[in-house]
Amino acid sequence: MEYAILRVIWWVLVGVLLIGLMVMDGHDMGVGTLSPFVGKTDAERRVAINSVAPHWDGNQVWFITAGGAVFAAWPLVYAASFSMLYIAILAVLWTLFLRAPAFDYRSKIENPKWRSTWDWVLFVGSAVPPLLFGVAFGNVLLGIPFHYDDNMRLVSDASNPLIGFLNLLSPFAILCGLVSFSMTAAHGGIYLSLRTEGAIQQRSRHLATIFSIIAIVGFAIGGFWVGHLNGYVANNLSPIADSDPLVKTVEVIKGGWLSNYHTYPFFALAPILGFVGLILSILFNNKGRSGMAFIFSGAGMAGIILTAGMSMFPFVLPSSSDPRSSLTAWDCTSSEHTLLLMLIAAIIFTPIVLAYTSWVYKIMGGKLTTAKIEENSNSLY
Amino acid sequence: METLVDLSRLQFAITAMYHFIFVPLTLGMTWLLVIMETVYVITGKQIYKDMTKFWGKLFGINFAIGVTTGLTMEFQFGTNWAYYSHYVGDIFGVPLAIEGLMAFFLESTFIGMFFFSWDRVSKKQHLLFTVLVAIGSNLSALWILVANGWMQDPVGTVFNPITMRMELLSFFAVLFSPVAQAKFFHTVCAGYVTASVFVLGISSYYLLKKQDLPFARRSFKISALFGLFASVAVIIMGDQSGLYVYHAQPSKLVAIEGIWHTEQAPVSWSLLAWPDREKHENTFDIRIPYAGSLMLNHNFTDPVKGADEIIAENKQKIIKGQQTLLELEQFRKNPQDTSLVADIKANSEYLGYGLLLKKYTDNVADATPQMIDQAAEDTIPNSWPLYYSFRLMVFFGISYFLLFSIATFYSFGNRTSFETKSCLLKFALYWIPTPWLASWAGWFVAEYGRQPWTIFGILPTYQSASSLSSGELIFSLTGFFVIYTLLLVVELYLMFKYARLGPSSLGSGKYHFETQEK
Repeated sequence: MEYAILRVIWWVLVGVLLIGLMVMDGHDMGVGTLSPFVGKTDAERRVAINSVAPHWDGNQVWFITAGGAVFAAWPLVYAASFSMLYIAILAVLWTLFLRAPAFDYRSKIENPKWRSTWDWVLFVGSAVPPLLFGVAFGNVLLGIPFHYDDNMRLVSDASNPLIGFLNLLSPFAILCGLVSFSMTAAHGGIYLSLRTEGAIQQRSRHLATIFSIIAIVGFAIGGFWVGHLNGYVANNLSPIADSDPLVKTVEVIKGGWLSNYHTYPFFALAPILGFVGLILSILFNNKGRSGMAFIFSGAGMAGIILTAGMSMFPFVLPSSSDPRSSLTAWDCTSSEHTLLLMLIAAIIFTPIVLAYTSWVYKIMGGKLTTAKIEENSNSLY
Repeated sequence: METLVDLSRLQFAITAMYHFIFVPLTLGMTWLLVIMETVYVITGKQIYKDMTKFWGKLFGINFAIGVTTGLTMEFQFGTNWAYYSHYVGDIFGVPLAIEGLMAFFLESTFIGMFFFSWDRVSKKQHLLFTVLVAIGSNLSALWILVANGWMQDPVGTVFNPITMRMELLSFFAVLFSPVAQAKFFHTVCAGYVTASVFVLGISSYYLLKKQDLPFARRSFKISALFGLFASVAVIIMGDQSGLYVYHAQPSKLVAIEGIWHTEQAPVSWSLLAWPDREKHENTFDIRIPYAGSLMLNHNFTDPVKGADEIIAENKQKIIKGQQTLLELEQFRKNPQDTSLVADIKANSEYLGYGLLLKKYTDNVADATPQMIDQAAEDTIPNSWPLYYSFRLMVFFGISYFLLFSIATFYSFGNRTSFETKSCLLKFALYWIPTPWLASWAGWFVAEYGRQPWTIFGILPTYQSASSLSSGELIFSLTGFFVIYTLLLVVELYLMFKYARLGPSSLGSGKYHFETQEK
């Protein structure tokens, strides 16, 4: 297979992994975020938590696998993004740390204080990571200050790490964080209304609608905003050359991130999918058809992620301080051999993973009630 | 720069060793659960189901932090070892990605089913889930040790001067590297031993307390027998691993054994000594004749190379590496001129040795003979920490073989005689922490013994770290330390609480504390 095609495929596959992450891990993060609000009593909160208890760990593997796949397929992006966003990545990791013990330890001791503490720990562990994912994406759109030296060693151009970190929290990045947070919260709310009944279901449905609307509005504002931001356009890029980012030249143009939509009008399908998906999910959710709503909210999230990716294509990690050091889908990849090998691995294992994931969801399906929680108090979370 | 690298190493060591508190127990407990549940499915006896559920509960408390701390490991190469990630991501990323796709998904998806699907599926289906968890966790160990094996013996790869990195030539060479395979089996068997000591020790506690005897007796026997097999395997695979160190990493071997001068066969083995790094000699030395030939290289004809000879060889490699590095710099300045590429590729095996000079000078062309000598001396890691941690690991390894032999002998020989052997039971209980010390010692030998390299002979540790500030490292180290300590406190609290409660924690109403209250 040709190197150029493999590179396009891997751009798509990284997108698929991110979408998988947001759809799968996103809904259990949404549940963790909403559970203190939809559950007024201990049993109600346990209903919420147990709706994802058997699955959250498997879903988190989307995050780990995305990390591993980016390492293998885009090693330059793996190295640059994680080291240049050091403090932000640590914040993501440290908050994610809270999830496993919160899920597993919360109900192991029957003390209201112990339990409500873990509820809020779970809230932080579920709400902060999607917020930070969005902030990180926003900063990627804005460009990150770094460059390569002669030996391809990464050098940060942020004035100092603390200021560098605070600079990440610009208004545009916070808007992106808000969109990301709202769409996972809405997605989790829809999942909860699918798996619960009565008051919990009502509250979940209500919250899902509110967060979906916030996500739609935020996404629309973001779209206009991007038109006024600097975008990047690359010249002298070879899709088949060995990965050396320093060969190309890059122009920085205001509104440059919208230029792809002129060149390839069909790219507009991505933002359309984002809007239509989220709107349909609100409609279905309020008609009581949570299953359909879940599918459409997943589609809406896919549309939003694709919009970010397609606006930047072929860029994946622009450098604001030295645009030439920016990484693109053509010059950030592993060797042709490794890309092919990883493609084969993905083709073999992804369908298997999807198959057994759907199988276990099917086994564990059905409505959860407070009565069921009390019956199995010792074995459930 | 040196402080930054040291802090990065410290952080990696802390987070990796902390992660490895939870990993070995997971590797072994999953198979013990499979055994217990298999007996339940075959015999239909409720007590084996209770055993699976109770030991599964302790396993779950441990697993939660294992998952948590594993996250760090997946991302730390990028955050703290960016140049490493750039330089070898083309090879090293592959096993990590496949680990996620093939192993983590399997393990993590079915762990949920292990805990929550008891009432929803048939007995056999549930057993299948447990088996899949065990396979998943052991496969993840396979891939991570393939990655680590490649760091120790980087096969199947080539340097590309355009991308400035190593690239993959043969995936199968990496996957079936004998170093990686021996390491994999040695590590998972160490995990089986850890889990067996854990179950044996806690079961002994119940036997000493005379609580839930039928439950404790069965758990004791299963873990004793499983542990016996595992302890034999861990010793055999450890010996195999050692043989590959002799072949692939002579500099590690001489540091572990305190061998300063080449020794002719038959080689003796140092039982107790004080290796002096500065003087290249052992201050005192108690040696067993012939044992070195038997253990280190498995034959009585070949000599074992000493540190002096290795340093002299490496000095030549450094000089060649210096030349190659200069050619590479020239090529990078003028990439159109490809006349040097063939020569760079032909001598790329020395590039890493040239990079060793960067610790002493940014411009390797200016390296003085003293710097070259110093860099050559650096290729032997400091001896005494390796010498003693290796012997500690071996001591514990042998102790498990003895412990499980005695436990198996008494528990299978006469049905209940072992329950009165309070010496044995107490020893098993207090020996619980030792497998972790042994594992840590083993990893220390593997990783510290590879210094000054991250990728043996290819990339020096000094060159591998991200260009972060010391402030960022101090911030992250503090954060990890605080969070990990809190998590460990909570974990141990729950572990002790549930281990003391025993099967009464299942809430079935049949066990010690529940029947006592009534």
